[in-house]
Amino acid sequence: MENKKKLVIGVIGADVHAVGIQILDHAFTDAGFEVTNLGVMVSQEEFIAAATETAADAIMVSSLYGHGELDCRGLRDKCNEAGLKDILLYVGGNIVVGKQPFDEVEVRFKKMGYDRVFGPGTAPEETIACLKEDFNL
Amino acid sequence: MKPILMIDFGSTNTKVTAVDLEEGKLLGTAASYTTIQTDINDGLENALKKLHEKLGGELDYAAKYACSSAAGGLRMIASGLVPELTAEAARQAALGAGAKVMKTYSYELTDDDAEEIAAIKPDIFLLTGGTDGGNKDNIIQNAQVVAGIDADFPVLIAGNRAAVRTCQKILEESGKQVMITENVMPRFNELNIEPAQSKIRELFLDRIIKAKGLSQASQLISGIMMPTPAAVLAAMELLSKGTEEQKGLGELVAVDVGGATTDLYSMTDGAPDRAGTVLKGLPEPFAKRTVEGDIGMRYSAAGIVEAAGMKRISLLSGLDEDRCWELLDLITEDTSTMPDTDELKAFDKALASMAVKTGLTRHAGTVEKVYTPMGEAWVQSGKDLSRVDKIIITGGSLIHGEPEDVRDIASHALYNLAEAASLKPRNADVLVDKEYILSAMGLLSQYEPDIALKIMKKELISYGTAQ
Ligand code: B12
Repeated sequence: MENKKKLVIGVIGADVHAVGIQILDHAFTDAGFEVTNLGVMVSQEEFIAAATETAADAIMVSSLYGHGELDCRGLRDKCNEAGLKDILLYVGGNIVVGKQPFDEVEVRFKKMGYDRVFGPGTAPEETIACLKEDFNL
Repeated sequence: MKPILMIDFGSTNTKVTAVDLEEGKLLGTAASYTTIQTDINDGLENALKKLHEKLGGELDYAAKYACSSAAGGLRMIASGLVPELTAEAARQAALGAGAKVMKTYSYELTDDDAEEIAAIKPDIFLLTGGTDGGNKDNIIQNAQVVAGIDADFPVLIAGNRAAVRTCQKILEESGKQVMITENVMPRFNELNIEPAQSKIRELFLDRIIKAKGLSQASQLISGIMMPTPAAVLAAMELLSKGTEEQKGLGELVAVDVGGATTDLYSMTDGAPDRAGTVLKGLPEPFAKRTVEGDIGMRYSAAGIVEAAGMKRISLLSGLDEDRCWELLDLITEDTSTMPDTDELKAFDKALASMAVKTGLTRHAGTVEKVYTPMGEAWVQSGKDLSRVDKIIITGGSLIHGEPEDVRDIASHALYNLAEAASLKPRNADVLVDKEYILSAMGLLSQYEPDIALKIMKKELISYGTAQ
């Protein structure tokens, strides 16, 4: 029980889309992860504070309203600064404005320091498979 | 008649309050000046003599209960991991237990911190950090630092349960007395401070009282010694919530402006008043206490001026600024100065007004408007006090004032447009603890809550509505 991998999840920035994150909370919990769900309108600082106290293994950032590119920038640097050196960072949702080629979007977010980037409509199962791979479960 | 006695050992005063349990009424109160040098029992004897003179004879008390803030009160240090999470939870736990929080540390303790802690010599060190199953490294590292401090104080561990035993071992090997209790934040953003508070009370009883020379007094006493602020907090909670038989007054705030510090209490869940507001930060305890260490009428008068500005004090008092600076020097140099001239009265009233304002502003939550692509939204941190409609005024420096003056001073606790973000009460009835009985009623509430509530309802005098 104590050895569950710990995830901090939330919707970043001024984003209020509350449904998707709830679904992810259930899906990840059912898949055997320990989830700390920060809900909507979460700042980078709140992600980091929660990950620090809970000794999280990954931060899962959701963004739906199109401002993801601005909101997500700098999170990796702040994690490094806060001593969360090797924490896994995932991002998903509708993370950019409008429809853009996903491979370009992915490159931009990976440059920002995200380990995995998920496009619109990603099923939770796909993300869970990636988590298991990254944690060697 | 079945009289009982409540004693409040203060740093400068010993107060006694006699209550008749049969009639459920206040018999009388008296106070006697005490100094650190004089034996605490002399103060008690003097106060009792005064009380019995007033009452026309000695009484045979069925019980004696006491609280104490003597010898600096219960001095604590709190430590946690993230400042706004476990460190804040630890601080809240200590404040709610009636402690004077000398310092709050977050993240790793440094060698400099260790020196500072050794110099402070707290009565209790509260060690926390990490949610259950969360971060372990930080609390263990800090246990190591605390173990290395060459000063004798007990350590209460209330952190990540997965790390608690390791911390205990480290600390016990260094000869420190250790107590363990539940995590102040077992899960992210979940406040669990009552277990730590009851352990703090135990430690206060079996260690602190002896150390502070109160054990002799405690032999005269039949029931609990608690820190005075914890007693006041208990009284306020009872007054607000009521008992099974009697209704309480509902949501309220209380202000105690002292010579060195200002204590604020709020009894409300502080949930957002405005629909669609998102709450940020730690959940708030229903019964919350904060202390402003830099706000007080004498020792900390300069702190009031720093917070409010001398211009404001000058405007409020009608005295010119230069004169205000002179008066400030006067009262901080001689902290026993009484407001016995019109000038000093006006100056004190202005100071008290700004003490109340600053204290309440810091105690109350704030709301921030954020602009989202969809329009405006609100984010609240801390408690929303805007619905609260009662202000209790207590503390020696305010309760003896003229009703209009006290009402004016209390009105500075209210919301004003200039600080629209601050969630202070919109308007409120002012109730004054004229007989200065709140700590006594807090003690009594532990045994006879109905009588304590009945007495408070009768003895707290309404000075009208503050506007
Ligand atoms: C309902 C809704 C709203 C509601 C939200 C109510 C609420 N409190 O939840 C309201 C009306 C408030 C709203 C407002 C806005 N919305 Co809207 N909204 C939607 C809508 C119709 C459905 C969202 C939803 O709940 N989906 C169901 C859930 C289950 O799916 P999901 O959120 O996508 O999440 C899943 C996956 O994306 C994924 N996922 C999500 N996050 C992450 C993170 C990781 C790490 C991973 C792996 C996976 C993952 O897993 C989730 C579960 O399966 C979508 C369109 C759509 N059909 O998606 C638009 C949509 C998201 N909204 C949009 C916009 C533009 C807005 C507004 C800016 C509109 C405006 N101009 O006012 C505002 C923004 C408000 C704000 N500050 O956030 C756009 C975003 C476009 C973009 N990104 O370029 C969309 C896509 C509509 C569109 N096609 O234009 N919206």
